[in-house]
Formats: sequence, C-alpha cells, structure tokens
Amino acid sequence: MLTSENAFSTALTLILSMDSALIAIVMLSLQVSLMAVMIASLIALPLGAALALWRFPGRNVVIVALNALMGLPPVVAGLCVYLLLSRAGPLGEWGLLFTPTAMVIAQVILVLPIIAALTRQQVEALHGEYAEQLNSLGLTRLRMIPTLLWDARFGLLTVILAGFGRASAEVGAVMIVGGNIDGVTRVMTTSIVLETSKGNLPMALGLGIILLALVTMINAIAHMIGETAKRRLG
Amino acid sequence: MNRTTAFIAAGALGLTFSGTLMAADAYITLASTTSTENSGLFDAILPTFTEETGIDVRVVAVGTGQAFEIGRRGDADSLLVHDTAGEELFVADGYATERINVMYNDFVIVGPGDDPAGISDSETVIDAMQRIAESKSPFASRGDDSGTNRAELRLWEDAGVTPQGEWYRELGSGMGPTLNTAAGMDAYTFTDRATWVAFDNPQDLTLLFEGDESLFNQYGSLLLSAKRHPHLKHDLAAQWHEWLVSEQGQQAIADFEVDGQQLFFPNAE
Repeated sequence: MLTSENAFSTALTLILSMDSALIAIVMLSLQVSLMAVMIASLIALPLGAALALWRFPGRNVVIVALNALMGLPPVVAGLCVYLLLSRAGPLGEWGLLFTPTAMVIAQVILVLPIIAALTRQQVEALHGEYAEQLNSLGLTRLRMIPTLLWDARFGLLTVILAGFGRASAEVGAVMIVGGNIDGVTRVMTTSIVLETSKGNLPMALGLGIILLALVTMINAIAHMIGETAKRRLG
Repeated sequence: MNRTTAFIAAGALGLTFSGTLMAADAYITLASTTSTENSGLFDAILPTFTEETGIDVRVVAVGTGQAFEIGRRGDADSLLVHDTAGEELFVADGYATERINVMYNDFVIVGPGDDPAGISDSETVIDAMQRIAESKSPFASRGDDSGTNRAELRLWEDAGVTPQGEWYRELGSGMGPTLNTAAGMDAYTFTDRATWVAFDNPQDLTLLFEGDESLFNQYGSLLLSAKRHPHLKHDLAAQWHEWLVSEQGQQAIADFEVDGQQLFFPNAE
C-alpha cells in the first residue's frame, strides 16, 4: 500500500544508507544536466543577445521558432538525436548512442531554445533602456553583447535555472538516447520510470523526492550567489 | 559567479565526466526485453558472467519489436528476446547469423479478483479469451509490438476474436505500466509470469488463468551478423551468446528466484 509516509521514509532510508548505486545515479544526473546547461548557455546567451540587437530579414521567424522550440517534446528531441547517432544514422561512426554524451546532446537541444529565447527578451528590454547611453559611448553591437549580458546577469541566472529545471526534469529524451543502462546511463528520472514500471511506487516516489530536494538545493545555491553578488556590487 | 570560477567549475565537471566515459572498455550492449530487466534476472546472472569473462553487459531493456529495430540499425551487439517467429525472420533477413533457445517461462492472464468474465475455470486460454470478449470485460493490451503483445494478438486470432471496441484498450506501454493501468481500471491483461511475480503494485489484480500449452514463452539469443554490421563487438558478443547456453549460464538462470519461485527455465539444447 502506498502512502506518502512510506515514500518519505523510503527517500530518507535511501539518503541515509548512502547507497553507492544511488550516489552514482545522482552524480550522473547532475553531470549530464549541468553539462548540458553549460554548453547550451555558452551558445544561447550570445545568440539570444545577438538576436536582441540585430535587425535582419526573417528575424521574427527566428524568434517565433525559438519560442516554439521551448515547447519541444523531449521525446521528439530524443528521437532526432537517436536517429542522428544510431549506427545507421549520419553520425553513427562516432559510436555515441547509449552513452552519457548522447544524453547531454539531447538535453542541449531541449535547453538551448529556452535560454536563447528568454535571453533575447531580457537583453532587448535592457537595450531599450540603455540604447542612447551605449550609442553615445560609440560601442558597436558586437561590443554591446558582453556589456548587456553582464548587466542582465541576475535575470539571466533565473533563465539558466529555468534551463536546468527543464534538463533535470525530462525523461523522454534521455530514456531513448541513453537506454537507461544500469551503471552507465541510468539517471534519476529514468530510475523513477523503471521503479514505477516494476510497481515499486514507494521507491519511485522516494527517488522523486530526492530529485526534487537536489533541484531545490541547486536553486538555493544559485539564489544565494545572486543575492550576495547583488549586495556586494550594489 | 565570476568568470574564472565558472571556467574552473566547467573544467572540473568536464574531467569527472570524461572519467565516467572511459571506465570499462570490455563491454557489449545487449538489447533485451523489459520482462528480463524488470524481474531482476539480469541483476542476478550478469555479475557471474562478468566475473568469468571480464566483459560488462550493458542492457537496454525495450519491447521485442524495438529490440529488433535496435539490432537492425546496428546499435546493439547482441539480442535476447522472446518472439521465435520474429527471431527466425530476423535471421532469414540476414541481420543475425544464429538463433538459439536459451530459456522459457509462460504467459498468464491476470484480472480483477471478482473475475467478471469467469475465466478462472476455463479449460483453455482460447476459451478464457473468448469469455473476456463475449462479456466485454475491460482488457488492457500492451499495444506496443512487444513479444508479449505479439503473443497476445496471435491468441486473439486463434480465438476467432477481432479485439476492438470499448472493452479492448491498447495502451502502447511496457508490461509494468500496463499492469499499473490494468490494476487502476480493473481490467484483465496478458502478462509474462516473470514480470507479474516481480510486480509490486497488483492492488486487486489476481492471477486467473495459467497452464495452457500455448502460453509457452520462449526466449532466444541472437548472434548478429558481422557482414551486416562489421563495427559490432562480435567476439565479445559471441562469448555472451555461448555463455548463456553453457552449463554455467543455464545454471545461473535456473538459480534465479523471486519469493522462492523460479521465473525462467533454461532449455538450451
């Protein structure tokens, strides 16, 4: 019989036992999602800023496409990456299917549109505010990018956290491209699916509680860093 | 976070990550079924194999239909599945060079404890399925082209029933999720015994029909073709393929029990 109580006690037992398999799963989840968010940020932050500053034909199409891709179903992203990395696919020779690298690639595709689209919106607002000032300094648009990104950093921290939330919560993509291989590509979300399919609901919910706690912790750390920096820099 | 710390963090993360990637070089990827994974069979027998040979087996557990697709695309080194007709076709199509019997168990029909279709005293599985169809009792089907799904559809055909209508619900899910759903909507469902015995959330579901000869469920191992996919780890995969039917492999399968019940019966020739 499943009660929220035995889910909590399962979660607690799991944490207290410091089970090495669980630790490996947690570490892999964090590695894959943080790595994906980092790579996506490196591309999406400048991309979003550039999109905010440049006017070119088809710009609105790009903006709408990015906004729409924020809702890309993870399982579709996973399927595309699967077909790309499969031995029969164009990048099959790399032999990346069913590895953590494949999972990172799939999550980058999921996270990138979110960070790019929200960065575009934040930087555009900020640029509207400071356009005159920036122009009077004679900055080219290329030079404005780092300045504006730096100025928007507190807002962008939330944007990156939204990306991290998407990455750590999704299961559809990592299930397909990772294969949920025990000890190799099994992460928190795919473990939860596996335990649910075994009918082991307290364990599934217990893992869910741990995942939620981890994501909360990372958000708390990010929030604290943001607040400290804000106070110090004024 | 300033830029330097960000870069250091990035570097550290990259290092730990490549570390995990490089571990364990001698491994094969095995595409197999959810029944073998969910029941815990692999957890029980793989350590023995790895200890004897030094080869890690990475299991991707999917439906048999998807396992064939993974094999056809060259994404797994070996297949352990349960659809003999499909496996023979797979060999005939040149994707595998050899198919061998490894073990068997059986399918059973589970359903709500009060058994509204009255199948528990059926003589044959055909009779049981006809009773479910006639009484239009809810029936949850995998509907996912898995080995279990294919076996179920063959039995409907043998029973002369075209399964469709309000009562027949195709879920498109694995065995575990299908059992969860069947339990939730008091439906009958067709399952392999291993997944059923290892399943922890039966609620009101009860085993209602078993023991008919046509519920036999054979598992086979496929040795993939080196001609078709030269990049695969054929030598390692051949060791696994042979170990499964060796004395040690067969014994390891026979020794696996859940709640004191043997779930797979070795039957290599």
